[in-house]
Amino acid sequence: MNTTDINYSKTGKSRPPPANTVGLIGWVRTNLFNGLLNTCLTFISCYLLWLIIPPLLDWAIFNADFTGNVGRECTTDGACWAWLDQRIEQFLYGFYPAGSYWRVNLAILLLFPALAYVLFENLPFSNYGRWYSLAYPFLAAFLLVGGFGLEGITTDKFGGFMLNLVAGLSGIIFSLPIGILLALGRRSKLPAVRLLSVTFIEFIRGVPLITLLFVAIIILQLFLPPNVSVDQLVRVMIMITLFASAYMAEVIRGGLQAIPNGQYEAAQAMGLGYWQSMRLIILPQALKISIPGIVNTFIGLFKDTTLVIIIGLFDILGQARVLQTNPDWMGKVDHETYLLAAIFFFVICFSISRYSINLEKRLDTNRD
Amino acid sequence: MKYKLLGTLVATAAIACVSIASAGTLDDVKKRGHLKCAINTGLPGFAYTDDKGNWTGFDVAYCRALAAAVLGDPNKVKYKNTTGKTRFPTLASGEVDVLSRNTTWTLSRDVDLGFTFLGVSYYDGQGFIGRKSLGVKSAKDLDGASVCIQTGTTTELNLADFFRSNNIKYEPVPIETNSEARAGYLAERCDVYTTDASGLAATKSTFKDASKHMVFPEIISKEPLGPLVRQGDDQWADIGRWVLNSLIIAEELNITKANVSAKANGTKNPEVNRLLGTEGSIGKMLGLDPKWAVRAISAHGNYSEIFEKFIGKNTPLGLARGQNALYNKGGILYAPPVR
Amino acid sequence: MARNGEQTQNTGFKLVNLWTDERYRGLIFQFALVLALFIFIAFIVSNTIQNLKTAGLASGYSFIFDTASFDINQRLIEYSSTSTYGRAIIVGGLNTIVVAVLGIFASTIIGFFAGILRLSNNFLISRLVTVYVEFIRNVPVLLQIIFWWVILLALPKVRQSLSIGDSIFLNNRGVRLPSPIFEDGSLFVLAAFVLGIVLSLFIRRWSLKRQEVTGQTLPIGIISIALIAVLPVLVYIIAGQPIEFQAPLRGKFNLRGGLNITPEFVALWLALSTYTAAFISEIVRSGILSVSSGQKEAARALGLKQNITMRKIVLPQALRVIIPPLTSQYLNLTKNSSLAVAIGYQDIVSIGDTVLNQSGQALEMISIFMAFYLTLSLAMSAFMNWYNEKIKLVER
Repeated sequence: MNTTDINYSKTGKSRPPPANTVGLIGWVRTNLFNGLLNTCLTFISCYLLWLIIPPLLDWAIFNADFTGNVGRECTTDGACWAWLDQRIEQFLYGFYPAGSYWRVNLAILLLFPALAYVLFENLPFSNYGRWYSLAYPFLAAFLLVGGFGLEGITTDKFGGFMLNLVAGLSGIIFSLPIGILLALGRRSKLPAVRLLSVTFIEFIRGVPLITLLFVAIIILQLFLPPNVSVDQLVRVMIMITLFASAYMAEVIRGGLQAIPNGQYEAAQAMGLGYWQSMRLIILPQALKISIPGIVNTFIGLFKDTTLVIIIGLFDILGQARVLQTNPDWMGKVDHETYLLAAIFFFVICFSISRYSINLEKRLDTNRD
Repeated sequence: MKYKLLGTLVATAAIACVSIASAGTLDDVKKRGHLKCAINTGLPGFAYTDDKGNWTGFDVAYCRALAAAVLGDPNKVKYKNTTGKTRFPTLASGEVDVLSRNTTWTLSRDVDLGFTFLGVSYYDGQGFIGRKSLGVKSAKDLDGASVCIQTGTTTELNLADFFRSNNIKYEPVPIETNSEARAGYLAERCDVYTTDASGLAATKSTFKDASKHMVFPEIISKEPLGPLVRQGDDQWADIGRWVLNSLIIAEELNITKANVSAKANGTKNPEVNRLLGTEGSIGKMLGLDPKWAVRAISAHGNYSEIFEKFIGKNTPLGLARGQNALYNKGGILYAPPVR
Repeated sequence: MARNGEQTQNTGFKLVNLWTDERYRGLIFQFALVLALFIFIAFIVSNTIQNLKTAGLASGYSFIFDTASFDINQRLIEYSSTSTYGRAIIVGGLNTIVVAVLGIFASTIIGFFAGILRLSNNFLISRLVTVYVEFIRNVPVLLQIIFWWVILLALPKVRQSLSIGDSIFLNNRGVRLPSPIFEDGSLFVLAAFVLGIVLSLFIRRWSLKRQEVTGQTLPIGIISIALIAVLPVLVYIIAGQPIEFQAPLRGKFNLRGGLNITPEFVALWLALSTYTAAFISEIVRSGILSVSSGQKEAARALGLKQNITMRKIVLPQALRVIIPPLTSQYLNLTKNSSLAVAIGYQDIVSIGDTVLNQSGQALEMISIFMAFYLTLSLAMSAFMNWYNEKIKLVER
């Protein structure tokens, strides 16, 4: 019956696969046109892309104006990017003195080793590195605010994308310890501690961030004794930290729950006390599992820092609105400035999330 | 019981701290070395940033004049940008010394919210802008129209009052910022856009086809805008009030930024001399030195110079003096005499 | 000194025990914590009272009975500018709830589809969905809300409205639908509608029982639709058409009459739905991936079709993993609806801001915001927890 088959096996030569299953055509067939539904979907997607992308490119690039000193000089139908030249620094650094931009840049540069020592174990000088990571927030604060010889710069000069970074990063850094305590508190055996932790976490998670920011700006001053005034940015940072710590607590609680009971019991059997067993056995493992969750919390928080515009701080969106109200540019830059802000956020958040997926995979192999 | 006792103890301690409270805003400002002034987060002509990121504008100029009068340097100001909702709590809580943010002087703000208005720096009123093609001559013909409003101000209330009293219906389209409201109007999301007349002029000046739009003749509200301070510190309120007045009087007496230092050496006009401190002792009455007004006027010039620089005919806003001209030039701007 | 536990207690309590004995230590710690909290609260309260007094501000909630004197364009209950602040706040609260509920509905549908499509074997589709998810997730939602609003403004202007049979109109001032006018007897139609739902629930239950016994299934979907849709229509005709629909008319400026769905509402709804859907699709995707492929292979071996495998085998198991994070996405959506203020959808925060600005009652107004969102969040979590319990797979 199957003589051909036998023939082939004898000669050791197999027939090449049909031309329409290999190469470009094969790829297109299996990936785009297998079945009626998929074919339809493919055509619809192509149509949508054609509908959106060419006009967008025309507007943003090919028909756009790139030169000029005032909005009136933008005359084409496309976007007006002429402001970028003189305003980009304000979008990045806010009202920070131009001569001191290096301080911001340096603070951002120094962040990377600080993060690396927290995330990775086998780096050179890892003992000192840990201390460096711990000291980084103070170092960064010193660089940004000044003092001790550096020219002092008040926080009302902070703005632009830098403000988003400062608010987001400080929120995450300070919320980590608070979040750990809250997560432990929520799993504690002491009823009062548990109740307080749960109440705090659920309260914060139950209200929108902007109500907390209203509290920071409008109400916090009422809670303090008269004549005691807390810096506006600090107040906002406190609220963002509290907000983030509730989410952080939930992420870390997830990590704690994922640790098998045997670990807790083993720690107890070794005669370790509560804090010792947490510090040495449980938390290192739990935090490691929680890193992807922590990164996601950060991305969420970072995007939420744009809400400070509602209370009158000038983050990158705030700078966009400032430019929109400038008499020279009014009515010319409404979409362009927002688009720039969106691109900034996308680039940063997307790269962090890609990196986090990478990290997740690596951590996965480490474990086990 | 025990907690309550402790709580009361702490509370008493806190209140005890309070009793060592401040002497007065003037002393605080002098001790601090800078003035804290609340301004808008951005309003064309009135508060905006220049290329270097410095705040400037009509409202900002007042802060600078006040700082110059009190501290001797118009640059010794820390600005705090406030939104429609944060401005009053910010002033009330003592975070700023003065609020110069195109705020309408109303009875309830003056009385109920506990503030003192220092005068009127700009007489405004709420108006409408619409397309000429609508064929509408007056705001009273707007029955059934969609109206874009900037929220968070008295504008919303005036509008509701106007339509209610004329017994006509409308669809309110409340929008938070001027740039969005403008976009909404241009896209015909609404038939007319209503805000203060100064804002309308500023907005209209940015339209490509400004001639196809018209500002309706009705001004439906009185909006006297001016700076304000907390109630209860009369000395500080007096200083703020007379710095504003001095700028208006300077225009009346032809004292300009250019000639103020020359006139400060003494002139034939006793009123000028009193204001500029070569005669009398009004500086001392206010708790300031005699040259306070010289510095205030040197900051940006007199009222007319400030007006023309930031919002006047040659600016993108192109506002006419109108009501804001001096009383003897057809307007209603009138400062009490220096005597 | 060998004593047993009882004797230790009898011989008395040593001061050292306070920090060496875990139980006492715990008690003391809690006591200190509670004490500290009380002191903190007392401190804040006394400061606040003092500060309010010096500022000369009245406190209390009596302001909600004052006249609001501003207008609201989307109101589910009777409201005019002569109503009270309290009523304005309720109107805002309802507007928040409407957009949140509809947003949850839409984001779940889009999210599930996107999650499944992302695992599709169509290269273009799965990549496009990936681009959608990544782009949406990494841009602040505030910008997206403004983006959708700007897009909707590009719809035809009011004088060039698209219309369907002169009764439904679409323009950049929204969608205008005919508004129903209820006359006598419309209650019967409503009753028929409710009856239809109840009946179809009963039939569904009965058919499930029948299936367990006999293995036969009924076309429940069709029967339910017939009951819920046809029954009220029948009653409507029998009762003499008690509900009339009034189509919108072209007025001088606007369309008049009818129900208007504003572009602000639609923009907010689209932004919140697509934003949250991006997160939900990720949750759904990982939920589906968490179901072991053996399950799918087994289903295929039984000869089940692909969509039945997905519906009956994979999704029910994936739901266990999906529901808890889904709950927090729903909560996020609800909270994000507070950004409505940016484009002027009059939700509770937008209206509350105006109230705050007019009355100066900051503390009170913000406490109302918080109480509102907390109640909403807690109610939603409670419901989702109940649902999660219900669909939990019984493990044997």
